[in-house]
This record gives sequence, C-alpha cells and structure tokens, in this order.
Amino acid sequence: MWSRIISRLFTSLVVAWASVTATFVALHALPGRIQDILAGDLEYPGLREAIAAEWGLNRTLPEQYLDFLFRIFRGDFGTSYVLRQPVIEVVGSQLLPTVELALTAGVLAVVIAGGIALLTAGRSNFSREVASVLELVFASTPVFWLGILLLMAFSFNLRWFPVSGAEGWKSIVLPSITLALPTAGLLTQVLREAMEKTLDQPFVTTVRARGVGEFIIRWRHVLRHALLPAVTLGGWLIGGLLGGAVITEKVFGRPGLGTVTLGAVLTHDVPVVLTVVLLAAFIHVAASTLLDILYVLIDPRLRAQ
Amino acid sequence: MSTGQSVPAQQAPLVEILGLNVGFAGANADRSIVIDVDLTIRPGECVALVGESGSGKSVTARSLLSLAGEGARTTARRFEIKGRDVRGYREADWRKLRGTVTGLVMQDALVSLDPLRTIGQEVAEVISSHRILTDPGSIRERTLDTLRRVGIPNAADRALQYAHQLSGGLRQRALIASAIAANPDLIIADEPTTSLDVTVQAQVLQVLAERIREGAGVLLISHDLAVVAGIADRVMVMRDGRVVDSGPTRDVLTRPRHSYTRQLIAAVPSVRSRGARLASARIGPAAVNAANGDAVTITREPLPARREAGEVVLEVEMISKSYISPKATGRVRSTVLQDVSFDVRAGEVVGIVGESGSGKSTCAKIVLGLLSPDQGEVRLLGGPWSALSEAARRPLRRKLQYIPQDALSSFDPRYRVQDMIAENLAGLPERKQQRERIVSLLELVGLSAEYLERRPRSLSGGQRQRVSIARALAAEPALIVCDEPVSALDICIQAQVLDLLAELQSKLGTALLFISHDLGVIEHLADRVLVFHNGRVVEQGAVEAVLGHPQQPYTQALLAAVPDIQRGLTARTLAAGALVAGPAKGAEAATGG
Repeated sequence: MWSRIISRLFTSLVVAWASVTATFVALHALPGRIQDILAGDLEYPGLREAIAAEWGLNRTLPEQYLDFLFRIFRGDFGTSYVLRQPVIEVVGSQLLPTVELALTAGVLAVVIAGGIALLTAGRSNFSREVASVLELVFASTPVFWLGILLLMAFSFNLRWFPVSGAEGWKSIVLPSITLALPTAGLLTQVLREAMEKTLDQPFVTTVRARGVGEFIIRWRHVLRHALLPAVTLGGWLIGGLLGGAVITEKVFGRPGLGTVTLGAVLTHDVPVVLTVVLLAAFIHVAASTLLDILYVLIDPRLRAQ
Repeated sequence: MSTGQSVPAQQAPLVEILGLNVGFAGANADRSIVIDVDLTIRPGECVALVGESGSGKSVTARSLLSLAGEGARTTARRFEIKGRDVRGYREADWRKLRGTVTGLVMQDALVSLDPLRTIGQEVAEVISSHRILTDPGSIRERTLDTLRRVGIPNAADRALQYAHQLSGGLRQRALIASAIAANPDLIIADEPTTSLDVTVQAQVLQVLAERIREGAGVLLISHDLAVVAGIADRVMVMRDGRVVDSGPTRDVLTRPRHSYTRQLIAAVPSVRSRGARLASARIGPAAVNAANGDAVTITREPLPARREAGEVVLEVEMISKSYISPKATGRVRSTVLQDVSFDVRAGEVVGIVGESGSGKSTCAKIVLGLLSPDQGEVRLLGGPWSALSEAARRPLRRKLQYIPQDALSSFDPRYRVQDMIAENLAGLPERKQQRERIVSLLELVGLSAEYLERRPRSLSGGQRQRVSIARALAAEPALIVCDEPVSALDICIQAQVLDLLAELQSKLGTALLFISHDLGVIEHLADRVLVFHNGRVVEQGAVEAVLGHPQQPYTQALLAAVPDIQRGLTARTLAAGALVAGPAKGAEAATGG
C-alpha cells in the first residue's frame, strides 16, 4: 500500500514539474520580447532593464529554465510590475477567501448530495422523483444565473443576506449555496445511481438477513461503495468549484482569486496570470493525488497484497 | 410426517407454513411465483428445496426472512416461525427475527460479503446490531469464536482480512460464520456450495452438517440432487412455483413419484450414462434392482455410434506458463502451467478436469492462441500454431472454435442470432445462400428459422448455448474448445445440450477439447481425460481407466469428494445408524426397490 502511495506522489511531482515547464515554454513561445510581455501596459524608464535583470534574460535559455524552476521551487513567483509588489503577496492575500468559498461550497455539496442520495436511492416514491428533477435543473443551471436569482430573492427582496462583500458569516451563505447547488445536483445523480447499483448486490441481501436496519445498510455498507465513482468525479468537481468560485466572486462582489485574475488579465499583468495558472495546476495535481490515495483507503481490493 | 423421522419429529417445528403463495407487484401481478407450498422444518433437521432456476425455491426460502424481493406479496393459511404467527409482521418485527432466529447463507461469498469490510466486521455486525453483546471485547471474542466454529484457522488474523484475500473455502466458511454468529435456530442456505470446487464443497457441507448436529434447522436450496442426498432429511422438489414431490430424502431419490423428479434424477450425467442420451433417459420399473450403481434403474436410449479417432488435430508439447506478480515481499513468480503435453485426434473428445486455479483455463487460452506459452509448443493440424504470429494465425483460426461457459457475455448484445452466426461464415457472398446456411445450422442445433432475428437477451440459457454451438460449427472447425459449456445450465437443459454435443460430434467428427469441473459430465462424454492439479497434468488416459481406477492420490481425492446420490444416501444411513439408536431405516431399504 505504501509503495503505491509513494509512487503516486512521485508521479504527481512529475506532473507538477511538467506544468511548470509548460508555463515556461508558453511564456517563451509568445511573440515579442519577454521583458515587453512581462511589463504589460506599463511604460517607465528602467523597467525593461529591471525585468531583464530579475529574470536573467541575458543568460542562455537552459540557464533561465533552471533558474525559473528553482525560483518556483523556492516559492518565488516574481514581481507584479503593475501592482508593484511580489506576486506571492498579491495572490496569497486573495487565496484565502477563494479557498474558503470553494471549501464551504464543496462541503455543502457533498452533504446535500450524500443526504439526498441516502434518503432517495432505490426508493420508488414521490420524493425521489422530485429530487431527480431538481438535480437535473441545478446540474444544468449556470452558476452566475443561480447567483443572480438568489441575490434577487434573499438580498434585494427579503434582505436576509448582504448583497456583496466578505464581512461575517452571512456574506458567505449565498455565494456558497450558489456554487454548491450545480455541483450537488451532479454529485447526487452519480451517488444515487451508484447506490442503486450497490443495493442490487447480493451482499446487501446478506446484510438485510442480519436484521440490520435500512438506513444503517445504506450508511455503513452502500454509501462506501457509491463513493468510488463519486471520487472519480471528484477531480473534475474541484476544478469546477474553483472555476465557479471565480464567477461567483464576481457576482457577489467578493474579494478572491477571481477578482485578482480578472484584474490581472485586464491590465496585462502577466506575472500574476502565470502564477494563477501554475497555482491552478498545482491544486489540480494535489487534489487528484489525494483522491487517488482516498480510493485505496476506500477499497481494500486496490491495496497490493 | 413420515415414520422415517427420528428424534426431530417430537420437537416443536421451527417453521410451519401451510399454503404459501408469493406474487410480485408489477407487470405479472396476477401470476404467483410460489403456489400453495407447505413447509415444516424442525430443529436438527435439514430440509432441501430442489428445482431449476425460476422454480420458486429461492423465493420460498427468502419468504422465511420476508426478503423475497421488492414488491413481494406473501399470503399463507398458516405461517409460524418458532410458534409465532408472522403473517401480520411489519418490517421492524421481521428485522428482530433476521439474524437471531433465521440466518441466511448465500452463494459465492466474494459478492455475498461486503467486499469493503473485513471478515471480522461482517461477522460481528449481527451481534452488535441486535445488541446481543455490547462491549467491544466480548463482541470480538464471540466473532473469533464463531470463526473457529466454522473451522477457520488463525481466526484472529483472518478476522482482519477481506473476503478477496481468502480462498474460496475459507470465504464461504466466513459467510456461514456471519450468518450463525447470533446462533439462529434456522439456517437458510441458498445454493451455499454452488461455484465451489468439489473438495471445498464437501468441507462446506460438513460445516452445515455440524450445525444440524448442534440442533439447528437447515433449509438447503440446491439444484444438485447429489448434494442433497448426502445431507438432507427431507426433500421437496419444486417446479413452476409448486412442490411436485416431497418426502424423506431416500424415498424421493429412490422412489420418485413425480415424472419431473424422475427426469431430474435420470438426466444426471455419469459414467453409467456413457454412450446414451440423457434428456430422454427414464427411470425404469422399480422391480429391476439397481445393481449398476444408480440408486434407481434408469433406461436410456443409445447415442449414434462414435467415429474412430482419426489423425492428430492438436498437439500440445511441454507447454509452461508463469506470471510474475508483485507482492509485498518482492516479486514472486507463480507457475500456472508446467510441462503440459497431450494431443487430440479427429473425432475424439478429450476432457480436462481440475479445480479452480489448476491451470485448465490457461491451457485453453494457450490452445486457442490467446496466450503464448513461455516454453513448449502447440501445433495445429500438423503445422505450427503457438509459434506463429497473429497475422499468420488468423487464416487458421476458423479451424479452432470456442464455446464459452457464459454464452450471453460472449455475444454482442446488439447482434441478432443471424449476425452472430454469419460472422463465422466465410465464402458465401450471396445473402440467400448465407441465410440458408444459417437456417440449416440453426436446425442442426435444434432451433429454427424463427430465431434468426432474435437477440441474445431474449434467448433462454439453453438456446444461447445452442446458438454458440451453431456459431462454432459455422466455421467448420477441426477442433472446438468447450470451456465449461454446460456448467451454468439447469440439469434438464444441460442434458439436452450434452446430447446435442454428443450427437453432432458423432455426426460431424469434430474433435472436442472439453473443460469441466464436473467429473460426471466428463465421464459421460469424454474418451480421454486429463486431470489438472496445480498447473500439471497429474494423470491422463482413457476415461474408464483414469476415473474408474485412479492411480494418483489427487485423482482419488477428487473422485471421493464428488457428491453422488447413491453414495450420499449410503453415508447418511451409516451416520444415522451410528447416531440414532432405534428403528431407523434398515439397510435393506438402502438398495431401493
């Protein structure tokens, strides 16, 4: 089991390295001089020379590449010349609100999906019908539209929650619901289908024959089997949550990576954009590594004997 | 009950059912699956329900747990479990009975135990969920104790393992342990040994027999009369939801009243049925004594005479195959097949017997050219075969056909019967000609032109196997590799398919390499037999010699473990005589008549 996990971690490192390399290649493949690209729209004397010095642009390409790798490894992502501060500070200060939003929404989605699937899987009743229609609606609704609807209902009309900002717990309620519902819709569908498949397995009959209650059967036995396909979907969901978070932040006027990224793209702040790209890649690699390890923890059959 | 009952007859019955009917809500709501079944089980008694798939035996048994399935509607004139009328029971009431009064053992522990939980967790569940014991220490103690009771060595280690890490026999014992951990009065065993090797089957039946001796009632569901003969006190034969024959095991098996029971007994392949048809076999007049080893006298029609063995079709020379499997302790080379040699001649049926993991399927794959041997060579029709490249092999592949165990999964579900057969036809460009050929092939296997448009799902098991045979024959092969072709079929259907194979074989002279775990089938059909064990051929030769007078200890053990109606009845009589003093059944009755 450990050798499996270690080899998985090693592949993750390779993927992370490849994404850094791809970023480096992309930067150098752009037409024009590197210092012009990195400077963006800025124009003042000495800027280009300072950039060339910082990035070591007078050295050979392999040297620059190794230097780039080493700097990323150290956590030095360069300077935003537009904002006049290190990129790591720009991104770092905005990372937390986004992670907070994505995490809240993620947990909410899992709880909603798990709850509905546990209650409705394999039951031919009205609630299952209603739930599956709602799931389909939410899974196919764009995040921003859902956000606007919620804002209109609960902020403008009922005034229960603030319209924008990131002050206090109330401000995170609507954005996280907005972000969670489409994810929950899809996740419920996958979970329920997997649970219904599992409920048909012979071992469920064995468990029933032990006199175990229906909810315990689902919670203790069936859900774990249903988690396997859901975990497969997990990598994609994390990407969706991060992408959705960027849009949700915009709709609800929250600070976060989304706002930073949008600003950076609009002002041609290339160092920030590069960092966001790398960060997204790293988060994806970390997430899929964790999910793969989770697989092995869920299913003992995957552990080497 | 009959006078044949001994001690159990005096005790109050565990289960007493009169006029059980079970139907299902839905499309066939008016049709009952179980019709007017009476069932009584006493402590220390084993009652067997025998019948083909779809006969209603499983539904009957699961009704005792109220687990017949979703939408099941059960009615009965009388339905008592341990003296309690359960007719008005709600789900919560049933739940209290499950596990504590009734325990269920199903087929194949690999899927009947939760694969994601350890054996220990599975066995402990019934104890903890009924709060029979509450502190973890005594639950654990009871779990390990139960594992030991079913004969699992190193219980403490096994309890931490998962079902897939145990061998088939240990796994099935663990399943039994999980059913009896709360000491239920009644064990419902639904095909508990199906898909197990014969030696393992004997061990598992032994575990059940011990529970009966301890006083548990057992309801055994089986399609195999021979298994039933060795363990059951009473037998009930079911067909289309009704009990057609019932009584003490000996009476039912030696003096079957119903024509269906007679047919079931007569259709069992064995060395006695060699060269004769199975499906048309009938139990003869009882006056003739069964001197030849059958429990009853069976009259059979002979099959057409076989052709003389011709030239060599397949030569297998010293083939070996091994795999390297990564293990925690380093890479381990496991040998699946070692120095296997044999040949098959035209017109010959060569049988391969062996338990699971003995290498017989690997051997079949190498013969079929789906795997290449590490060493040795396979030669087809006098030319090279295993040494050829796949491209060179392709034109020859028609000469070598395959009939699988599970026909359904070997068919493309979207193909019609005619497409499946047409795929194997060559050199018939004209549609009309092709159609004629397909129809004639279907007729050859006992089907007709009306099956042309059918899809695999709408065919029964026997029909699917017939289509597979037609598909194999379409290529006009020199050799057909049959991998357990009748193992998944009910006994009467199995008899028909075996008759068909034997008939076609003598008509067409196609050589067959016939793999089966069922020694009876091999004895019935094969000319020569190879006994596989741990990747080696331990014994080979003419069927009569090898299976009639086995020289190797392994073959002898294998033969001894095969359940047999006559042997089972005799063993029971001896056991009963040893245990029960008093007027048990006399030895004279043992010969039937």
